[in-house]
Amino acid sequence: MNNTNVIQAEGLTKMFGDFTAVNAITFEVKKGEIFGFLGANGAGKTTAIKMLIGISNPTSGQAHVAGFDVSTQAEDIKKNIGYMSQKFALYDDLTVKENITFFGGIYGLTKIKIKEKTKELIEDLGLEEVANQLVGSLPLGWKQKISFSVALLHEPKIVFLDEPTGGVDPITRRQFWEMIYRAAHQGTTIFVTTHYMDEAEYCDRVSIMVNGKIEALDTPKELKKQFQVDSMNDVFLKLARG
Amino acid sequence: MKRFIGFITKEFYHIFRDRRSLFILFGMPIVQILLFGFAITNEINNVDIAILDHSKDATTKEIINKISASKYFSIKQLIEREDDIEAVFKKGKVKAVLNFEKDFSKNLVKDHKATVQIITDATDPNTANTISNYVSSILQKYQQEQNKAIKINYIIVPQPRMVYNPELKSVYMFVPGVMTIILMLVSAMMTSISITREKELGTMEILLVSPIKPFQVIIGKVFPYIFLSIINAIVIVLLSIFIFKMPVQGSLFLLGVESVLFIISALALGILISTISATQQTAMMISLMGLMLPVILLSGFIFPISSMPLPLQIISNAIPAKWFIIILKGIMLKGVGLQFIWKETLILLGMTVFFIGLSVKKYKIRLE
Amino acid sequence: MGISVSNISKSYKDVKALQNISFEVKPNELFGLIGPDGAGKTTLFRILTTLLIANEGEATVAGLDVLKDFKEIRKHVGYMPGRFSLYQDLTIEENLNFFATIFGTSIEENYDLIKDIYVQIEPFKDRRAGKLSGGMKQKLALSCALIHKPKVLFLDEPTTGVDPVSRKEFWEMLKRLQQKGITILVSTPYMDEAALCDRIALIQDGEILQIDTPENIVKQYPKTIYDVSANNMYQLINSLKAYQHKHSVYPFGEFVHYTDTRSDFNPKELKTYLEAQNLSNISIERTQATIEDSFMELAK
Repeated sequence: MNNTNVIQAEGLTKMFGDFTAVNAITFEVKKGEIFGFLGANGAGKTTAIKMLIGISNPTSGQAHVAGFDVSTQAEDIKKNIGYMSQKFALYDDLTVKENITFFGGIYGLTKIKIKEKTKELIEDLGLEEVANQLVGSLPLGWKQKISFSVALLHEPKIVFLDEPTGGVDPITRRQFWEMIYRAAHQGTTIFVTTHYMDEAEYCDRVSIMVNGKIEALDTPKELKKQFQVDSMNDVFLKLARG
Repeated sequence: MKRFIGFITKEFYHIFRDRRSLFILFGMPIVQILLFGFAITNEINNVDIAILDHSKDATTKEIINKISASKYFSIKQLIEREDDIEAVFKKGKVKAVLNFEKDFSKNLVKDHKATVQIITDATDPNTANTISNYVSSILQKYQQEQNKAIKINYIIVPQPRMVYNPELKSVYMFVPGVMTIILMLVSAMMTSISITREKELGTMEILLVSPIKPFQVIIGKVFPYIFLSIINAIVIVLLSIFIFKMPVQGSLFLLGVESVLFIISALALGILISTISATQQTAMMISLMGLMLPVILLSGFIFPISSMPLPLQIISNAIPAKWFIIILKGIMLKGVGLQFIWKETLILLGMTVFFIGLSVKKYKIRLE
Repeated sequence: MGISVSNISKSYKDVKALQNISFEVKPNELFGLIGPDGAGKTTLFRILTTLLIANEGEATVAGLDVLKDFKEIRKHVGYMPGRFSLYQDLTIEENLNFFATIFGTSIEENYDLIKDIYVQIEPFKDRRAGKLSGGMKQKLALSCALIHKPKVLFLDEPTTGVDPVSRKEFWEMLKRLQQKGITILVSTPYMDEAALCDRIALIQDGEILQIDTPENIVKQYPKTIYDVSANNMYQLINSLKAYQHKHSVYPFGEFVHYTDTRSDFNPKELKTYLEAQNLSNISIERTQATIEDSFMELAK
């Protein structure tokens, strides 16, 4: 982690009519940081992220992602981010290799590059045996690891992860976090959105959104200290229940 | 009973809150009837034709008058020589030329036979065919009148299609077919979709783990659609009577009873489909491919069964729609009573019982 | 009036979903089935709610056999399937009314049982279920499952996809229902919810790893766990994994849970090793095992 800001938001606001979905949020995320973006359903997380990845225009305020302005350089942003969610990950009816080739193609990787990356990815995850199997036949934990690697294929500056480890068994979940730590260590910024507070514990810093505002932003350790509780779950409960 | 009413109330909420199913239920019948009635038509109006009359006698004059008096044809040109025939076609002025032979009247009296050649522009084969049918029909009518008057039989070629649809109105042919399709679609597809929707949502699991019995679920699902299908049938009949002026010759009561029978058989098919599909999408695909296509192609609605290859003719017997169309045509166009269509009715009844039995047997009281 | 499961096995084609599962849920117990997605929790729930038939083994619910007495069971159990299984196009009140009528009862008749839960969503009773938040949907689903005063309540992953506040409220509701004499079997992939149950079964890949109270399971953890932290998480994990005496190394939030193979393990030794790996700010402290530690140790 160094001190370059990869995401920088200042007074970012989104209104839908009279309703303020995101209310002047200001924060920055550093290169190689694992940043947790937390909030209950309807707190404004999704709207905020849509603005950050350039698919929704802010009503006011501004934000820079990977050095590009979200309201004017959305296309450049898209080239520099990766995305993985638990719901949409890979095509079940394509093989592991075909999925990699497909997503590599989408991100405009050359054929040689895709080949190289495929080999690297398969070796990395120890998938030699199943490389030609349909993704649908693989256990959930594997799929998630593969889809995370696929999100990193085009070497994005930032990866957005949406509830990446919900429902996965504890061991696989830890292997997954190890992959995240490695990516962060190599300089990729990880932006995790979740409402599972145990995922929040793994982040370097977390922000908690309540009713469109960021109500808390610090390391999990500091937040727990500040609210005098033992877990992020309790931090969240204290904040949300007021 | 309270359970049953509760269930049906819920089904009606579903139907009336879903625009898509509302459209299929009420929009489609109207659209289809109007589409088939107006757009896809075999009728012709004011077609330009030319006449080449070699005999120019009283009979040919009379016939020509009849033709020009009909609203189907307008005589654009009278030509004198055979060579001109090709010329008028090439100019594209006319669609057909009637060529009366020499001594038409005389031949008719002497040989009881005279020839008129109907030459049509077959670049549009359908129209050409229709024109020649229409002309033949006018000629025949004339011939029949003559025969009646002079009590000598010339040539009588009965053509059933023209007897029951003397004006050759295509809408008369389409109404029974469209009615069949719509009842099939609404009944089978909508029920199968509404049952599979519960599977997809997971509510079927809750219904199964409750004291409500499977047949109560089925009847509760099916009842609203019986009701709606009957309304549809009524709308279609009213549309055909008032918009297309199509007379319903037979008993409306019989028509109603037969329609309910067909509706029930279609509903049973719908239930059957729902037992083998896990998602709404599958149910819809099976309904469309497995029911709609055979109904359109093999029921005799568009393509006459008698002109199909034998294997298809045999298969067509297994399609309930075929029998229902026969019944409908019988009641609506021929005005026959049950004594003429009891056989078809019995077949339809048998099929219905079979489908109901099969779907009850197939209906799962568990998840697998 | 509890649940008894003995030697249940179930396969789908060549996949073994459940293998020889046995456990007892005592009457009026709050019993948790804890395991990740794909562990076989839903299959087990479906067998107990008479929706599926096991290949082998027997089970009774409230003293009734799941195979022979399935009709009777269906009258006496409440079931909340994993997915949100209510009619999205019906309002809160219509949903509840519908389930009341198919169980041959009415909202008024059993209002006292659902009152606690229902009052929280009653202000929105004319809103369609599809437009509700996760927490509200969950409350409605629970109300519907309770409307006929079931003796046994089956809740399949009721807290999946629900925010922490609603989760907490939900567990509080379960505790109150238990006090009203209902036996509850609940499943969850979240290990932190295990502590809220009277007893739990840890399940993975169709097999039960352990059954006991959450306290006992944690107590039985065979090793001493150390919270290890340092300036760089990634390097810390790699160094610990490379350490010759390591037994297990698992990231746990801001720490790494470390266990050693030796009984006379001295943390100072480890600290020296880690320092030699260029790590700084090293802290090594004893900590308590959690259900998750136990699960991983058992599943290893």
